[in-house]
Amino acid sequence: MSGGASRTNASTSRLSISLTVNGRARSLEVAAHHTLLEVVRDDLDLTGAKECCLVGECGACTLIVDGRIVDSCLVLAVEADGAEVTTIEGLATDGRLTPLQAAFLDHGGVQCGYCIPGQVLSAHVLLEGNPHPSIVEIEEGIAGNLCRCGCYRQIVEAIAATAEAGER
Amino acid sequence: MNRSDGIGGSPNRSGGRDRVTGAQDYVADLHVPDLLHASLVTIDCARARIRSIDTTEAARQPGVHVILTATDLPVPMPRFGPQFQDRPVIAVGEVKYHGEPVAIVAAETRDRAEAAARMVRVEYEELPAIHTLAGALDRAAPLVQDPELRPGDPLAGTNVLREHRIGWGDVDASSADLVVEHTYDFPMVTQFAIEPHAFMAAPDGDGIAIWSAIQHPYWLQRVVANVLGLPLAKVRVYAPDPGGAFGGKQHAKYEPLVAFLALATGRPVRLVLSLEETFQAVRRASSSIRVRTGFRHDGTIAFQDIAADYLIGAYADIADRVVGKGTYPGCGPYRVPAARIIARSVLSHTTPSTAFRGFGAPQINWAVESNLDEGALQLGIDRLDLRLRNLARRGEAFIPFDTPADGEWEQAVRRAAEMIGWGTPLPEGRGRGIAVGIKSGPTTGLSHATVRLLADGSAVVSAGTSDMGQGARTIFAQIVTEELGVPMDWVSVHMGDTATVPYDQQTSASRSTVLMGNAILGACRDIASKLAGMAARLHAVDEAGIEVGRGSICLPDGRELPMFEVLRAGLGPLGGEVIGLGEARKEADPAHPLGGSAAFFEFNCTAIEAEVDRETGDVTVVKHVTVSDVGKALNPLQVRMQDEGAAIMGLGHTFMEHLIHDETGRIRNLGAIDYRIPTSMDMPLSLESDVIENADGPGPYGAKGMSEGALLCVAAAVAGAVREATGAVIRDLPLSPERVWRALQEIDATAPATGGAGP
Repeated sequence: MSGGASRTNASTSRLSISLTVNGRARSLEVAAHHTLLEVVRDDLDLTGAKECCLVGECGACTLIVDGRIVDSCLVLAVEADGAEVTTIEGLATDGRLTPLQAAFLDHGGVQCGYCIPGQVLSAHVLLEGNPHPSIVEIEEGIAGNLCRCGCYRQIVEAIAATAEAGER
Repeated sequence: MNRSDGIGGSPNRSGGRDRVTGAQDYVADLHVPDLLHASLVTIDCARARIRSIDTTEAARQPGVHVILTATDLPVPMPRFGPQFQDRPVIAVGEVKYHGEPVAIVAAETRDRAEAAARMVRVEYEELPAIHTLAGALDRAAPLVQDPELRPGDPLAGTNVLREHRIGWGDVDASSADLVVEHTYDFPMVTQFAIEPHAFMAAPDGDGIAIWSAIQHPYWLQRVVANVLGLPLAKVRVYAPDPGGAFGGKQHAKYEPLVAFLALATGRPVRLVLSLEETFQAVRRASSSIRVRTGFRHDGTIAFQDIAADYLIGAYADIADRVVGKGTYPGCGPYRVPAARIIARSVLSHTTPSTAFRGFGAPQINWAVESNLDEGALQLGIDRLDLRLRNLARRGEAFIPFDTPADGEWEQAVRRAAEMIGWGTPLPEGRGRGIAVGIKSGPTTGLSHATVRLLADGSAVVSAGTSDMGQGARTIFAQIVTEELGVPMDWVSVHMGDTATVPYDQQTSASRSTVLMGNAILGACRDIASKLAGMAARLHAVDEAGIEVGRGSICLPDGRELPMFEVLRAGLGPLGGEVIGLGEARKEADPAHPLGGSAAFFEFNCTAIEAEVDRETGDVTVVKHVTVSDVGKALNPLQVRMQDEGAAIMGLGHTFMEHLIHDETGRIRNLGAIDYRIPTSMDMPLSLESDVIENADGPGPYGAKGMSEGALLCVAAAVAGAVREATGAVIRDLPLSPERVWRALQEIDATAPATGGAGP
């Protein structure tokens, strides 16, 4: 049955880290081997970031870390110590969708939805660095985010429309 | 774009907001207090005799609650399956495919469950495994399935699970001016829903609750009830919207195992599969299909003779039904005077194959459409003309004793040809291909729905469909808006709870808009008739003369009353609600080979323009056109999303997807690094979709099912374009650069002077 007697397992070694998550400072004790994805989902209860391939190929776990998109399944939480992290939950404020999120709905960019948090965050960072991307640049910008529903065209249209409107 | 809420509009997706904010909870995201985490124990071989399983050390680890193996489960081992009760809850005696679990651990955390799973000691003896058709059909091959599971079955002593024979006319007596015979192979591919499968179970009073991203919650309820010996009413299945399913989430997989684990621990337990484990849990059957088509000089088909072998897995799942139903319209939507189709489902020591978008049709479509192209080339007839010449016209019984051709199919073919610019000059190095696909819709079905019109004029729909991305929830709300005038944002659609939502047979075969849609339409009309009764009573008029329209009620004298006023007055001071019941059935036909005729056919024409790099074998899809006969597009944007999504999925098995086994039957490319699916960079340079709408379907407002059609014939259309561009004839998928390059090398070796476009 359960018990915490043994401390020999590496999984029990915990370290203190500080993160700023969606604008809020957090101090956490995290398992040394836990990824940023695990900490965000399990310790911070922000489940918008999804688990899928866990090898950095699918992009379902995409987060914004210090202004860049990362596959959070490939980053240990302790490596992110001190970082500023934005999750999908941090985009809409006061219950209002960002223009980018609204565009995903308006242009039919969402089917099952599982990849969408990652797609939206990748698009957000793309537009921050390149407010007027070409279609090819948009396709490259979301190339690390798989959508098995095959909604790429609608997602690209949503991002292009957001860029055109000039507001993210 | 028409943004209106009713039919023919494209309002924003119901549930869309939660999907762009991260608020949508999939099974792995659900909060359940006191939750235990489960991890599977597997061995790294395809087939083995289990000698012993030692859980002692693992069970001693901190945080570990229960470890179940076959010896902890009832004797005989409970088995389940949608067609045959052949799948054990957990491997018993023998592991029959790479990744079949032999034990499961429940622990306080995932870390602890995974660590303990690694400490379970399994002693086993590896046995020879079968993972190819040739291996399975060898007379000396070991039997995958215990013959005792199939008493009285003459095929029980072979690895052929079933043989399906259909046909008409006399193929052997038919004469033809040209006979083209070849064999076409289709690879093993996997659904790769972006949400890996996840299951949860918890004791629930004197019953059990199950959570699963499942397409058929009521079928799962039946399976769990049978396995546990519980009444249906004591099994509550919650089916949160799946993160993609594509057929892979139709039928029970590890839910019964997790149910036993929850009962053993007395606590909620969740098992979230890794993507690798998901690959090992579901796949599409590979196939090898020999097609012999007889043609007359003018290109008309004289006969078709097809032998289709599908390699299914170690347990039947729904795979044999896939083979039978997928090959049934295998000759295509053509007028074929004589046909013979012999289709076999062949067992192997591989992942149980199951439903996957297209349900057996993409494999046979690849073979038959490619064969027709080869016939056209040999006859010197244009490939488009050959198809148009043979295409069944509306009302023709192109498959005798089944539903006659139910669309103006020629319109879709001509439209696709026009969009691709068929017959116009092409630049050097490019080619075009065109193909058509057909698939039988549901052959039986039963959907119940309730619509409750609440006192303030808002509405609650209960519908047992699973919204796995196709947008069923949106369509259902649109129907209520269209019928009753309730604004879409005043309609809630509830799904995914067998305790509160009435029965629906299943979410498959592109049925939900048609069957559940009709049930909801019926429920709305039930409400309309009750409102008419209210109005008659309130205004002392004859009920028969009252008409209920969209949001208003018209009395016999022409007075028009807002529906809400009638509702409020009719309900009176107690308030309450008006409840509408709806039901839609597709009756079975026991005499039919499939147990019922097709409720409708999905028809699609795909046309491709492609450019081939002769140096590398890389194919660029310059233009991809897909046209589906949808009857009526209830939500044109969602229709486009389904068609284009299916088209892109079709490009996956056409160009890059295949599961690879080593010589011992283990899958060598588990996971997203070595198994590629299309990304945003793999899109055609241009992708255009269009629909044919003649309001001639059996669904609401003339809709037909349409979510699979655009995948069916992608491969054949692409291969046709590659052939025209290079002269290379390839009869094996995927059309990887290596395969195309090798085919080009062969052409250069045999005819070094040529190498340009084919005829």
